[in-house]
Amino acid sequence: MEFLRPASWAEALELKAEYPDAVPIQGGTDVMVEINFDLRRPARLLDLNPVAELSRWSTTGGVLRVGAGMTYTSLIRELSADLPGLAQASRTVGSPQIRNRGSVGGNLGAASPAGDSHPPLLAADAEIEVESRARGSRLIPATAFYQGVKRSALAPDELIRAFHVAPATGPQYFSKIGTRNAMVIAVCSFAIALHPRRRAVGTGIGSAAPTPRRAGAAEEYIAAELDWDSRAALDPRVVARFGELVAQAASPIDDVRGTADYRRHALGVLARRTLTWAWHEHMRERTTT
Amino acid sequence: MTTSKATTSANTFGGIGGNLPRPDGTLKVRGEFAYSSDLWLEDMLWGATLRSPHVRARILGIDLTEAIAMPGVHAVLTHDDVPGEKHYGLDRRDQPVLAVDQVRYQGEAVAIVAADHPETARRAAKAIKVSYEPLPPVVDPAWALDPASPPIHPGGNVVRRQPVRTGVFLDGPGAPPADVVVVGEYEVGMQDQAFLGPESGLAVPAEDGGVDLYIATQWLHVDRDQLAPCLGLPPELVRLTLAGVGGAFGAREDLSMQVHACMLALRTGRPVKIVYDRQESFFGHVHRHPARMRYEHGADADGRLVYVKAEILLDGGAYCSSSLAVVGNAASLGAGPYEVPNIHIDAYGVYTNNPPCGAMRGFGAVQACFGYESQMDRLAAACGLSPVEIRIRNAVSEGSRIATGQLVDTPAPLAEMLAELAAMPMPDLPAERPGPDLRDLPGGVSQTTRGEGVRHGVGYAVGLKNICYSEGFDDYSTARVRVELLGGKPHVLVHTAAAEVGQGLVTVLAQIARTELGVANVTVAPADTRVGSAGSSSASRQSYMTGGAVRAACAAVRDRLAAHGPAESLTEILALTGPIEETREYRHRPTFPMDPFTGQGDSHTQLALCVHRAVVAVDVELGLVKTVELAAVQDVGRILNPIALEGQIHGASAQGLGLALMEEIQMEGGRVLNPSFTDYLIPTILDMPPMRLSILEHPDPHAPYGLRGAGEPATLSSTPAIVAAVRNATGLELPRVPIRPEHIALT
Ligand SMILES: Cc1cc2nc3c(=O)[nH]c(=O)nc-3n(C[C@H](O)[C@H](O)[C@H](O)COP(=O)(O)OP(=O)(O)OC[C@H]3O[C@@H](n4cnc5c(N)ncnc54)[C@H](O)[C@@H]3O)c2cc1C
Repeated sequence: MEFLRPASWAEALELKAEYPDAVPIQGGTDVMVEINFDLRRPARLLDLNPVAELSRWSTTGGVLRVGAGMTYTSLIRELSADLPGLAQASRTVGSPQIRNRGSVGGNLGAASPAGDSHPPLLAADAEIEVESRARGSRLIPATAFYQGVKRSALAPDELIRAFHVAPATGPQYFSKIGTRNAMVIAVCSFAIALHPRRRAVGTGIGSAAPTPRRAGAAEEYIAAELDWDSRAALDPRVVARFGELVAQAASPIDDVRGTADYRRHALGVLARRTLTWAWHEHMRERTTT
Repeated sequence: MTTSKATTSANTFGGIGGNLPRPDGTLKVRGEFAYSSDLWLEDMLWGATLRSPHVRARILGIDLTEAIAMPGVHAVLTHDDVPGEKHYGLDRRDQPVLAVDQVRYQGEAVAIVAADHPETARRAAKAIKVSYEPLPPVVDPAWALDPASPPIHPGGNVVRRQPVRTGVFLDGPGAPPADVVVVGEYEVGMQDQAFLGPESGLAVPAEDGGVDLYIATQWLHVDRDQLAPCLGLPPELVRLTLAGVGGAFGAREDLSMQVHACMLALRTGRPVKIVYDRQESFFGHVHRHPARMRYEHGADADGRLVYVKAEILLDGGAYCSSSLAVVGNAASLGAGPYEVPNIHIDAYGVYTNNPPCGAMRGFGAVQACFGYESQMDRLAAACGLSPVEIRIRNAVSEGSRIATGQLVDTPAPLAEMLAELAAMPMPDLPAERPGPDLRDLPGGVSQTTRGEGVRHGVGYAVGLKNICYSEGFDDYSTARVRVELLGGKPHVLVHTAAAEVGQGLVTVLAQIARTELGVANVTVAPADTRVGSAGSSSASRQSYMTGGAVRAACAAVRDRLAAHGPAESLTEILALTGPIEETREYRHRPTFPMDPFTGQGDSHTQLALCVHRAVVAVDVELGLVKTVELAAVQDVGRILNPIALEGQIHGASAQGLGLALMEEIQMEGGRVLNPSFTDYLIPTILDMPPMRLSILEHPDPHAPYGLRGAGEPATLSSTPAIVAAVRNATGLELPRVPIRPEHIALT
């Protein structure tokens, strides 16, 4: 196995163009597991750790650009206020050791339907910045990024550089079901983001379909039903309907982690609860500002 | 938080009763402890194992050509190359070293390879071509009970049937009249020991034609007794030394890679190391027997038990392993620590094509305890009594007889233990605190609730466990103790073959030697087969048995010293005599077989009790559980080392919690679906709550220092207490463990 260590982003793109079969490695918390269990024998590893810019973030034009290699730990520390949904999701990833190494870029690269960063990225309308030497850079909306179980829109000669997302302008929540209280792969998960200025609601469903996905009908329904200007409490029937629509948006399966029926049921519960928390927070903020 | 009734006198020089730290503790926490997987020799080869992908199949042929031809490969062996006996086993030699003409479970070892690199060994194993003819497997234990099911071994699929009959049931199956009758069917899933250090060892060929094996195991001598015949060597040429053990819990009672590594070493003339990875480990050791149980309890209007009827079916999987003893325990302890005048129990162990099941902490007793304790709660509800009251009314005490007719002839203060447990303060309930910390709620930081849907429940359970080997087994341990002057000062060397598997035995043996000989300077020699057998680190028996042997050897040393007159100091005597060494075997009082028709007999050495109270928070909409607190009262007879003892009770309780809420090897048609720690979940620190402990010391006059084995009892009662608490919170029946979220949320 060859170990490629580019010193810069440009060099990384060069190497990826030259060796499209080279497997990028950032935290290695997915890659090393696959290698150790002999599920994958890459001829080459492309170590992105020396590319320092990947672990930094910046703001341009009011939009955050977060490097693909930023670890969950630094994300929680530095971006909890701007990206509360993603920070909450990051807090649920693995153990402290995994959060110290693992990155959102790696989560995107793996494109597992159970990846915890996906639902909040979807709910917050994030875009993924990918780049190749041959075709340069492009922005892929999160909704278009996930294409199948562990398949993404990333081309073989491309690397993920960053994701772009607007700082939260309203409440965001993430909830994940696991059969133990920490360090667990999601049985299913749900993210919600209120965008009061746009009077829109974003959602993301994890581990309940071949890809992470949004619950489009639920988003439209609730955006229209919410009384954005008043501080009116939520109508329980509306909350219930929102839960139903979220559950309907999923196409879960039975597996060792849970049954399809349970996943659908749990998504409905999570949708209702997170909507309620988000709305209460929204009302609180309206009261204080 | 621990309170101990009898305070053991403070101990200044490290004798029994003191809170001595374990020598391996800091090393393990720092990652510096040398486990068997860290063994290394410059010129060693690496072994790998080819395993059956089929649940049941005939082997039509094995083609080794390609594997042998690979550069770096030194040996590729099959059953043809087993030098001696082709089969081994703890009680029945029914398990092939390497599959002969058929495979009986998924993961059964078929061929082994030694190569100069682990990767090469794995590739060569994959290059072996085995042609199989798959056969329809027997995976339903109920079908295995049917004489018409295809036999997995000659002699049929029933490994052991053990009835217990007392009172009116000696005359027939008709139950006596009872005011209240409750019936329940219960199921226990297949739990794994989930030790962290995978199977591993290093076999080194010796010039005398023998082999030295460095191995993580629970019982060096029983390994050797199975190894030597398979290798075709006399026992003295098979020498074993204990390597660093990364947990055991029963999973290291059976052989795993021992014969394979020795065969490869003897064939190649080179040291051979084998280490399983996590996935292989799930196929490389036995699991806890899954159980299906039907219980019927009859009581009078006051809740006093009139009779217990039970049928307990244990799935032993493809090979016998410890099934005989597991069935014996389930039968003899199947009514629990209660006074029951009429008992009718049938316990069965069967062969199936599921993974072999054998020893795991509390074996046989754990499964039955979930059954009878679930029943006691039903009975309490039917009689309008509290769970504590129904148990107190029926509790055994000294002078009672258990199901086998065996007299409880040592203190058994179950009623007092329950009363003490019930009187312990209740914990704060997290969902009732303002602004609860997510970590205290079901789901933890996964943030599934901020109090919504959360209900609390409290549950109680008791358990009865036998300590030491039962049913007439010649159970003994050997210790050699040597006292000499080193640098002019008295020094004690304790040598036994007892396996330190993390339970803290090494510390306790040194404490015993200090107490017995009054010498502070004690070294415990590495465990190996150069001294006689110590028996297994199983059945909560080592403090009792090897502790007893060390004490006896120390007493013998003391006798020899005494011959020199009391006036002389130890240093003076030793200066005169030179080293004094004594070896002693220690046996517990004899036990007897269970009658094959009535199950009667004094089959157990010692009986131990633990009681638990569980407080849980359940998110009833999502089916997620947070155990808020576990409280326990256990009687250990005599505390030898408080901190090590508490660790055992915490650990046993955690393993019971795992069985209640998450730990299960999931199977489909005999295939394991979750052989990894990604999906075989064991409790984390957010699942295992703080414990409130009360440890009692009512001495057992038959045991050394009056001690009572303590490693297992808490495993029993923890599971049903937690399930009872979840039932209390949800109102659901929950007849199966582990409870899965959908069992709560969708029923
Ligand atoms: C014990 C354990 C627990 C875990 N728990 C969770 C959990 O709770 N939730 C969860 O979502 N995940 C979990 N994971 C999986 C893993 O930690 C995450 O997916 C993590 O985000 C991966 O990040 P990484 O930087 O380590 O990725 P790596 O392992 O380095 O890479 C992952 C994949 O992404 C590709 N890749 C990495 N960087 C780039 C890039 N810049 N451009 C293109 N491709 C790239 C790699 O080639 C690879 O295919 C767990 C893993 C372990 C070992």
